[in-house]
Amino acid sequence: MKGRSGVEFKLSNRGNTLIASLAGELDHHTCEQIRQKIDARLLGSSSKNLILDMSKIIFMDSSGIGVIMGRYKVLQNIGGKAALVCPQGAIRRILEMSGVSKYVPVFDEIDSAIKYIAG
Amino acid sequence: MHKPINEMKPINEMKIEFLSKSSNEAFARIVAAAFVSQLDPTVEELTDVKTAVSEAVTNAIIHGYENTTGYVTMICRLYENSVEIEITDNGKGIENIELARQPLYTSRPEMERSGMGFTVMESFMDKVEVYSEPGKGTTVKLYKSFDTKR
Repeated sequence: MKGRSGVEFKLSNRGNTLIASLAGELDHHTCEQIRQKIDARLLGSSSKNLILDMSKIIFMDSSGIGVIMGRYKVLQNIGGKAALVCPQGAIRRILEMSGVSKYVPVFDEIDSAIKYIAG
Repeated sequence: MHKPINEMKPINEMKIEFLSKSSNEAFARIVAAAFVSQLDPTVEELTDVKTAVSEAVTNAIIHGYENTTGYVTMICRLYENSVEIEITDNGKGIENIELARQPLYTSRPEMERSGMGFTVMESFMDKVEVYSEPGKGTTVKLYKSFDTKR
């Protein structure tokens, strides 16, 4: 899905895990639609875990941290787990600096995130 | 010894005004990055500037104008190897600047804000100054010098 807003995202399911693959720029403007779509899928299906694949995000500010922490809280309420996929770089730096990675583990590759969710 | 930045004369300067629309967050950071590119910063330094500008402009839109319409002003001043970026709104203003700058503090928890805006600005820039008067508005000044040794 792509709008004029600068972010693309694709939602897919793997068992009871929702995988949201994001690409583009994540700021206050683009966060709202992501938040709504993910919550609708999480609450309207049997998915109870979430992997946010941010490998193709090229820009993120602290609005992205708000979205991640918000989804973490949603998953806590439904008893699920969350994981992030984000290679080293500027985005990873924000994830670590903000402390969000203490709550939601960050992996370099999606396979490691899937293993964590399964384990 | 380098003179303090406020005693130096800029080698270039630009000023833009734009409406407090969230779609202008990307516009503002791209414009700032394009202007700062004249100093030949590294990709990482440019990302730092873009991120800090995005935070300051988002604050002006969400907190300054509380999603109502107003103008946000951005002034960029380039020096030999540094930049000063001033972002101003004529919105609500900040009652307690010290509290607003605390990590994880947010006045709008219902909006899922992380409260990390000022912390991100401080981490990615060399210095952040905040001037605000309740009812009148806020100015955030961001300073960064670039590695000239490369």
